[in-house]
Amino acid sequence: MADQSFLDRDFTDDQLGLPMTRREVLALLGGGIVILFVGGDVLAQRRGQQLPTDFNAFLRIAEDGTVSCYTGKIEMGQGVVTSLAQMLADELDAPLDSVHMVMGDTDLCPWDMGTFGSMSTRFFGPALRAAGAEARAVLLELAAERLGKPAEQLVTEGGFVFVQGSPNARVSYADLTKGQKIARHAKAPLKTPEAFKVMNRPTTRRDAHAKVTGEAKFAGDVRPAGMLYAKILRPPAHRAALKSVDASGVNTPGVRVVRDGDLVAVLHEHPDVAEEALAKVKAEFAPSTLSADLTDTSIFDHLLKVAQEGEDVSRGGDVKGGEANAATVFDHTYLNSYVAHAPIEPHTAAVQIEGDKVTVWASTQTPFGAKNEVAETLGVPPANVRVVPPFVGGGFGGKSRNLQVVEAARLAKLTGRPVQVGWTREEEFFDDSFRPAAIVRIRSGLTKEEGTEARIAFWDYHVYYAGSRGAEHFYDIPDHATVGHGGGWGGGPESHPFATGAWRAPGNNTNTFARESQINIMAVKVGVDPVEFRLKHLKDEKMRGVLTAAAKQFGWTRAKLGDGRGCGVALGIDAGTYVATMAEVEVDKGTGVVQVKRVVAAQNMGLVINPEGAKIQMEGCVTMGLGYALTEEIHFKGGEILDRNFGTYHLPRFSWVPKIETILVEDKHEAPQGGGEPAIITMGAVIANAIYAATGARLLQLPMTQARVTAALKKA
Amino acid sequence: MEEIVRFTLNGKPTAVIGDSDRMLLWVLRSDLGLTGPKYGCGVELCGACTVLVDDEAVRSCGLPVKEVQGKSVTTIEGLAQNGKLHPLQKAFVEHDALQCGYCTPGMILSAYSLLRRTPRPTEAQIREGLEGNLCRCGAHQRIIAAVQAAAVEMAGGA
Repeated sequence: MADQSFLDRDFTDDQLGLPMTRREVLALLGGGIVILFVGGDVLAQRRGQQLPTDFNAFLRIAEDGTVSCYTGKIEMGQGVVTSLAQMLADELDAPLDSVHMVMGDTDLCPWDMGTFGSMSTRFFGPALRAAGAEARAVLLELAAERLGKPAEQLVTEGGFVFVQGSPNARVSYADLTKGQKIARHAKAPLKTPEAFKVMNRPTTRRDAHAKVTGEAKFAGDVRPAGMLYAKILRPPAHRAALKSVDASGVNTPGVRVVRDGDLVAVLHEHPDVAEEALAKVKAEFAPSTLSADLTDTSIFDHLLKVAQEGEDVSRGGDVKGGEANAATVFDHTYLNSYVAHAPIEPHTAAVQIEGDKVTVWASTQTPFGAKNEVAETLGVPPANVRVVPPFVGGGFGGKSRNLQVVEAARLAKLTGRPVQVGWTREEEFFDDSFRPAAIVRIRSGLTKEEGTEARIAFWDYHVYYAGSRGAEHFYDIPDHATVGHGGGWGGGPESHPFATGAWRAPGNNTNTFARESQINIMAVKVGVDPVEFRLKHLKDEKMRGVLTAAAKQFGWTRAKLGDGRGCGVALGIDAGTYVATMAEVEVDKGTGVVQVKRVVAAQNMGLVINPEGAKIQMEGCVTMGLGYALTEEIHFKGGEILDRNFGTYHLPRFSWVPKIETILVEDKHEAPQGGGEPAIITMGAVIANAIYAATGARLLQLPMTQARVTAALKKA
Repeated sequence: MEEIVRFTLNGKPTAVIGDSDRMLLWVLRSDLGLTGPKYGCGVELCGACTVLVDDEAVRSCGLPVKEVQGKSVTTIEGLAQNGKLHPLQKAFVEHDALQCGYCTPGMILSAYSLLRRTPRPTEAQIREGLEGNLCRCGAHQRIIAAVQAAAVEMAGGA
């Protein structure tokens, strides 16, 4: 398989720096005017180890003034279709409406590792802004020559260069670039926030019109002429080998059955007809090699048994000494189950092979990875493969893997026809990767048994199978150790019974649930308000800032409100962004049903490119987070997945959604940080802490289902 | 069963010939080339495939095409009239009531049906009316606001 090493990273701080593949970008741009500002070997630069330094790779100004913005990122709901356009429009001084986004097309766009890890704004953003700023500076120089005025007397606005004080003496960017082939560079600083006209302004989604009219196309909506829909034979359980196949019962006209090793597929020009015919294929599978004793309840013991030695994430002081001095010790183990990505659009891809050229339309977070996988699968040079991602219907980390793309490529080759593979929901719940089941053990202690003078004496933190992202604490604790076991999400070869992978803010949901629960348990023990207890142990001004802002908006006075009603607080850092979340819950003690009534989330993400987009992402995080906190878990027995559709796997619904209030604590002169993931990390702990305040029941396992809440209530 | 099914699709007379037990979703998408109705679960649990049949929201993944014989079917492609967005579409745009957009056609058509039955719904009625539509991105709060705004506009303002 092609390089998938990125799957093992935790995406904490990856810079964009893997080798680029050869692309004949300039030849492919076609139509419009290409402004060649650079004379050297542009293609050589594109093969380098970094994002291109030539800004032509990021933008193009056409004769009609349209500014095309090229990015290897894809749009899956997170909103970069708007925020990246804002960045380019502002630095270039072009109207936002004139910017046309070209996203993820591997023939047209600069190489990109993938759309994940809240990295688009943090790491692609600066390169895009620099390209826009440099292009603007060169346009100013060109205008100076055209208008016969020194550049210092010129200003740019709305896609024009003006002579200062004479608005009629002007030339448009389109006019300047028309028919010219210019090789030129200029030094240009990025705008300071004071000069922003488009960035840092709340801006509604630019793709909304297409999405409310049905014009927006997703991978399943792309149908090259002659395309067949494929339905693939799947095993009943993971690690169950195919023994024999009998397709003699398939007699539907127009249906084709193909087999290539373990890949057996039924194809037809209508997907439902193919699916019906697949049901007539008789197949025998060997029993799964996974023991039926391995289930969603026994998995934690299994994982601990096969866990690798730990590696330090961070360490300070002397943990043993700290424990010796502690007046009271807390030792708790936190668990969370496997969780599905469950985007409403299942993994889908269409592949067309014409001669030695291959075109792929795929719902993928990693178009450049998909390109290499298809090239390897088909044995063609990567340069012959073009991946064009349409809009992606949700990813959340799951569409970083491209199994469906490889399947479609193999079937297109086998049949000689364009082929679309669109996973069914049942396949999505089987062949997609899952957020790993994980365990956190925390041993911690306080200097006193009670009272406001008590401080955290030591912190000994061990995380298994969630990776290091978000594991490190940020409290003022003299003696502490944070240790990661189990090799991140992947684990060792015999750890997880099926594929695991990145799930929105990977690892951090697990780590923040454990840490923020443990902190609360200690605050409760000494009888100190959990907000006050946290403030006493926080030196970081940024974290104090978001906590204070959340408390003010929430009107925090105390955790317990009344019988069955209570409030929780939780803090976290993800992708450089600081989050403080508060929630009010109501618990039905008879049924164990938890209703989250209200959530306030405050976030410091440095400079905010699109404040409206950032708030939407926060609301989405809070809402999605209700699922892993309260209901979402994959049940399984051996290799058999027991939850295969939304009837038993419960996503958050309208009736669950609380009143959500979001606050952006702005730091305009700080670099922009991640926005798509941070606000989800606190949702487990904030609800657990609120349930405790409401009922005295402490939940140590996610999700906090009715049954687990009921069990905890009995112990309370 | 092989038969001709005639119905009105987005205002135009339409006929399909073939197995009339096939589900409407696939006939719309695959035979008739529409893309608005989406596959999400295949068993009427998510609402992505929602279309209007005689102005009522229906899950097209579970409706045999023979059931629309002589009826009027509207997909998201047919909601805007002469390029003018329906108040629901407009409100979804203005409220940023979507993210990935995959559930949006079904969400809007379910809301359309809700407003037809209950022109001025309370927030609780909107939640109840859309309970069967899943949105994984978490746009719920904005969807509720958009439906409320559309209801006001459709009632003639105020």
